[in-house]
Amino acid sequence: MDLSVVGSQLLVGLSRAMILFIVSAGLSFVLGVLRVPNIFHGSLYMIGAFSAFSIATWLGGQSTGLWLAMLAAPVVAVAIGMIVERALLAHLYRREHLMLILFTWGVMLILNDLVKLAWGPTYRSIMPPAALQGSASLLGIALPRYNLFLLLIGPLVAVGLWLFTQRTRIGKIARAAAVDQEMVAILGINVSRVLAVAFLVGCYLAGLGGALVAPTTSITLGMDHSIIVDAFLIVTIGGLGNIWGALVGALVFGVTQSLGLLVWPQFAVVFPYLTVVIVLLLRPRGLLRSVW
Amino acid sequence: MRQGIGESRSRGAVAAVLATLLLLPVVLPVFYTYIAALILVTALLAMSLNLVLGYGGIYQFHHAVFYGVGAYALALTVTKAGLSAWIGFLAGPLAAAAAGCLIGWFCVRLTRLYFGMLQISLGSLLWIIVLRWYPVTGGDDGIHGIPMPSLLASPTSVYYFILAVVALCLVVLYRVTSSPFGATLQAVRDNPQRCEAVGVNVRRHQLVAIVIAAGIAGVAGVLYVALERSVFASMLFWVLSLEILVMCLLGGWFTFAGPIVGAAIIVALRTFVGRYTENWTMILGIMMILLIFFMPEGVMGFLLDRLGRRPSAVEEEALAYPAQTAGKGG
Repeated sequence: MDLSVVGSQLLVGLSRAMILFIVSAGLSFVLGVLRVPNIFHGSLYMIGAFSAFSIATWLGGQSTGLWLAMLAAPVVAVAIGMIVERALLAHLYRREHLMLILFTWGVMLILNDLVKLAWGPTYRSIMPPAALQGSASLLGIALPRYNLFLLLIGPLVAVGLWLFTQRTRIGKIARAAAVDQEMVAILGINVSRVLAVAFLVGCYLAGLGGALVAPTTSITLGMDHSIIVDAFLIVTIGGLGNIWGALVGALVFGVTQSLGLLVWPQFAVVFPYLTVVIVLLLRPRGLLRSVW
Repeated sequence: MRQGIGESRSRGAVAAVLATLLLLPVVLPVFYTYIAALILVTALLAMSLNLVLGYGGIYQFHHAVFYGVGAYALALTVTKAGLSAWIGFLAGPLAAAAAGCLIGWFCVRLTRLYFGMLQISLGSLLWIIVLRWYPVTGGDDGIHGIPMPSLLASPTSVYYFILAVVALCLVVLYRVTSSPFGATLQAVRDNPQRCEAVGVNVRRHQLVAIVIAAGIAGVAGVLYVALERSVFASMLFWVLSLEILVMCLLGGWFTFAGPIVGAAIIVALRTFVGRYTENWTMILGIMMILLIFFMPEGVMGFLLDRLGRRPSAVEEEALAYPAQTAGKGG
């Protein structure tokens, strides 16, 4: 097998992993701080992608429009997520996980139909901004520029999220709330607001993932279904609530999938799931330390 | 379980329901007989999940896999191996139970969410194999027009066949839940550490429950094939698993008959609301959210509450919904 084929497949896998990481990091953050397994996280990802399409089309589909769409689309996801959180979810935080799973799935069903009403069942697609079109070479391997851009964005998001949780006041409070909400409340902090901010961050990452994936794939109904199980598995093998775990999990998932394509194209999707099974059997609590 | 007047009253209710079900094909048009049969099959599937979920407290997130395995085992026995469908009717549940044993064997090592996630990935592996192995499974086209024995030629005879098998399975499930094994299973659900300490083999009890539940889900799978004469890869998809989970919640877990009520409501909704609107999943979603807010113990739990027949103290503790504090937010 040609080594450059393996190399380019590896880089494609890594750039795919960056999208998986951004979405899973949001899911993991919400799981860690709020203890909510948020199934409609996938819907927010889909809404991010559809919004990116609509905003870009509305702005004329030019390069600036596409950049603005990348920035604005996650805001749409955040707005929808926050409405659900403030109106409904905030009243359910003390329920058991099974109930929260069913609640967030109910929201997913509603959002799915709303997306169908708003955008219809047809496929959509957008181009990457002009600066990111075409291909560039990295280590002698030709790769679409947009994939290189994703390889850059992923680590940026990881560092940004790390700075948010470690260096900002609200991030530190959120980490404290993940461990002991009552203690945080006793210190006179409005826990409900902290949880809302944490949820906002999660929604933003879901929307951002959707906006970033939009130029690489056809935007369609069902995106929510295909991402959410993968994201949950990534979070689980990484260690529930651990942001770096989400990164490790996403890399493992993305790379095994793309390399699997070289080994056995027809059953390539088997490899990530198989990896998850092996990881969970060897390390039942995930690769990195879980906050649970 | 509940003794005395409650016992005889519920026995009377069971007899009345059974008599109604026996009369259905006589009074109803064929289409409604078909819907009734579909409800019975779905109800059996939901009941089998409730054995592990409600009674065992096991996060069986991908139960539909066993339903699909049962259905495909029958379909392949008939279309590929060329054997009689009756052999398939036995092979289906056995294959499903074997799949349950295999998947369960790995999963019982983990607990709660981790258990659920491992099960989703193992189940998804099976789903992908069914989806991609075109020459054998027909991929996402599925297998259609599976020949059935002449005994099951008319819709009415299919209905009675399904009714008989479902009734038999419900008796089995009831015996399992009220047996010492069932009591231990519920004890494991409520306090696994304490059970472990008094010498109960927690994992083995969970595994046995999973195998029984998977086998019965396999029965539901073969009954579905008897009814539809088709199998689809989506029978093993996780969305169906979530739907069954909702049926248990809707009807009320911790009650024996709850999942039947839940299955009836969902199937009827999809059939009759789906006829008027394309957005019936939105209606389902809204219903689920209303339910979680106002009827957290499901329809049956709500009714039992109203009739003054509260679940026993142990079951109540297991519900563990802090309903009084939940409304105030966190």
